[in-house]
Amino acid sequence: MPPVSTSSSRLIYDALKACGVRLISALPETWLVHLIRMADEDPEMTLVRLAKEEEGVGISAGAHLAGVKSAMLMQNHGFLVAVNGIVSCAQLYRIPLLILISHRGSFGERDPWQTEGGGVTEDLLHALRIAYDRLDEPSHVAHRISEAQTLAYSSNKPVALLLCRDLMWEP
Amino acid sequence: MTRLDALRSVYDQLAQRVVVTIMGAVAAELQSIGHRPNFFYLQHAMGLASSMGLGIALSRPELSVIVLDGDGSVLMNLGGLTTMARYRPKNLLHVVFDNESLLSVGGFPTATSTGSDIAGIARAAGVPRASTVQSIEGFARAVEDALVAEELRTIVAKVEAAGPSRYVTDLALLENRFQFQRYLQSEGSKM
Repeated sequence: MPPVSTSSSRLIYDALKACGVRLISALPETWLVHLIRMADEDPEMTLVRLAKEEEGVGISAGAHLAGVKSAMLMQNHGFLVAVNGIVSCAQLYRIPLLILISHRGSFGERDPWQTEGGGVTEDLLHALRIAYDRLDEPSHVAHRISEAQTLAYSSNKPVALLLCRDLMWEP
Repeated sequence: MTRLDALRSVYDQLAQRVVVTIMGAVAAELQSIGHRPNFFYLQHAMGLASSMGLGIALSRPELSVIVLDGDGSVLMNLGGLTTMARYRPKNLLHVVFDNESLLSVGGFPTATSTGSDIAGIARAAGVPRASTVQSIEGFARAVEDALVAEELRTIVAKVEAAGPSRYVTDLALLENRFQFQRYLQSEGSKM
């Protein structure tokens, strides 16, 4: 098992639960393995394993209109794949989304294939005018997830959190 | 069979159910028969109507959800069929109007015009039962059966490539969205 932080994953998961999230859509990614396992093992959580991240936008939109709070777990490239759904479903119809992006490709990245997606993620978030913040420090996790969700609901818009290396990777 | 006649044949069955449609002709024609607060028209995001229906069906197992999809949209989200089949909610019915074309953008033929079989793809994806119907009677019967079956089904209705003269209606997108959300809330409060 790669040295992905179990304790930080637990902090993130508990914060999502504390915010009332009861449905999580996900595609596997190394940094997300513990989070996905926690969702899978939690009888109070509906985990939807996707074929492609854009589906998650539709599922979260349906869940929202049906009164269920959700979150989406994806990697940078999953975010790239989901962009059309974010714009033409969530933004067009003013749907709040809580998007958690494992932020690969930053300083310290050893996988050559991960080095492009990370570099465009923040520019793309700006271009889409999606409010976002970084999660890079365990003490910020609960507070920032809660505040991100608050803004998503008050604005009826997608928001994003970047799960950064310092948080997700054991030293 | 025309899509409009097919919609008319099942319209009464949609009254107490949650309906999510794709954009274009399906949305305009259903509205021409009569809009209801339990109808949501996803006027863009091609492919995601079925994902939205899945999200509603999983979130609210007590509600009966019908997705009115199209061949062009399904072909844009074939992976979504595997997700739908994986969770196969018993309260979800997936109807696909297959006119073998992207009608609202000029009639560009889709791959169902050259032999791709959506019901076959749905079955192979794991949808418990998927069938193709060619007539109004066959369609109405398949929908009626599916609504009492308590299993996920995909019904592909082969329809003519004909649609309304215009697609924009006087129902604003956000009006529809908030009205639909309130409908789902009020259904919850009846529980």
